[in-house]
Amino acid sequence: MTWIERLYLPAIFQGLSITIKHLFKKKVSLRYPEVKRAFAAVYRGMHVLKRDEQGRENCTACGLCAVACPAEAITMVAAERKKGEENLYREEKYAAIYEINMLRCIFCGLCEEACPKDAIYLTDRLVPSEYSRGKFVFGKDMLVEAVDQRIDISKRKKVYEI
Amino acid sequence: MPIVTIDGRTIEVADGTTILQAARLIGPEVAPPAMCFYTKLKTSGGYCRTCLVEVTKGSEKDPRPMPKLVASCRTTVMDGMEVGNLKSEKVVAARKSVVEFLLLNHPLDCPICDQAGECYLQDLSYDHGSAKTRTDFERRTFDKIDIGPYIQLHMTRCILCYRCVKVADQITDHRVHGVMNRGDQSEISTYIEKAVDNDFSGNVIDVCPVGALTDKTFRFKSRVWFTKPIKAHRNCNKCCGKVNLWYKGDEVLRVTGLKDQWGEVEEFICNTCRFDTKKTSDWTIEGPSQISRTSVISANHYEVFVKPTEFTLNNVTPLQIEGENNS
Repeated sequence: MTWIERLYLPAIFQGLSITIKHLFKKKVSLRYPEVKRAFAAVYRGMHVLKRDEQGRENCTACGLCAVACPAEAITMVAAERKKGEENLYREEKYAAIYEINMLRCIFCGLCEEACPKDAIYLTDRLVPSEYSRGKFVFGKDMLVEAVDQRIDISKRKKVYEI
Repeated sequence: MPIVTIDGRTIEVADGTTILQAARLIGPEVAPPAMCFYTKLKTSGGYCRTCLVEVTKGSEKDPRPMPKLVASCRTTVMDGMEVGNLKSEKVVAARKSVVEFLLLNHPLDCPICDQAGECYLQDLSYDHGSAKTRTDFERRTFDKIDIGPYIQLHMTRCILCYRCVKVADQITDHRVHGVMNRGDQSEISTYIEKAVDNDFSGNVIDVCPVGALTDKTFRFKSRVWFTKPIKAHRNCNKCCGKVNLWYKGDEVLRVTGLKDQWGEVEEFICNTCRFDTKKTSDWTIEGPSQISRTSVISANHYEVFVKPTEFTLNNVTPLQIEGENNS
């Protein structure tokens, strides 16, 4: 090494200049809880079971999502709609129990693709964390959207040509 | 003994054999689909027109082709006859139109229909139909008729194949249902809503190619593909007692007759076997029934899965090049 190199000062200043340059660069991270990054339109997160415009559940428990599911995360029990429940369920048959095991689910979106009734959609919501495994089996209480708090799925909605 | 050629494949059959039966003897590749014909029911066939074939050569004596497509379930073969099924463009186009006609009034409520997954109309429209509908007319609807505690009738799904009427005529003691009205208004009905209450009435469920007649005790219990068919038999003094038990977990959800390759029951079973004996202890279990790999019923059941390494490698003969001395 020459004596200038042995001083180490040029190397130190070179290093510092890189550090200082980064201070003025655009930050790559966000301050998460206050600022949230936008999801991609095709993001596949927690499922929602949709209702129609009149607030009736779309799902008829046809079982196509469950048979399409490669992780076998979906189970359901069907029931027949009784008189007086026409405002709750759109068709003669409905899902009395509908469960998705979120630990099994791989968020591939095949259930959404299989659904003939526009009932299940994957949304940009994240699956909340829990302390016990049992709580990850989401029933209808977690999945069906509330009548007054609709989940927007317009970006993922399928368009049929018939 | 006439010799008949169907789609280029020749077979010698007995006198009086129909084209459909001759095609079935050759194999499923050339057999036309049939929605109304049923081997075990006399005078069935000739209503649905799905089995239309083209006869390009009438017989050895009279080689002129038949002027129109013929219903293969009702036309007997003649010596030297040449028939085009899937290899005939006319037949493929005609079958597509027939499917369109059958679906004209069909509600397409497969998601709530208990037949979905083992429905022959579903298979037929997948294989031969079009993915789009061209009509926007209202589909016909009917007043609901309750035909007893065991059988559910959905008249809207009916394609008027008359199979159930033939069962009522030929298998059960006295006919209690038939087809009322004419043309577009035709409907299956028990005469003045008489309950279907004799011992073999449950067979109308098995012969129905669509979901018009389904098992009321199985209604909405489970989709077909979540249940597993198990062959079983019991001593029954009324019928053969050989059935398929459809299990979900440890529970028998449904009992049906054994079906052959063409979707026809091998032997008709009685209502006691079908509706009243739904405990494993009632039956002697024989083992799982064979379900076609392509059927949705075998989806997600891995018991017959063969690992790629288990193919018999020793049977593969090494590639040999012609003219080369293989020393």
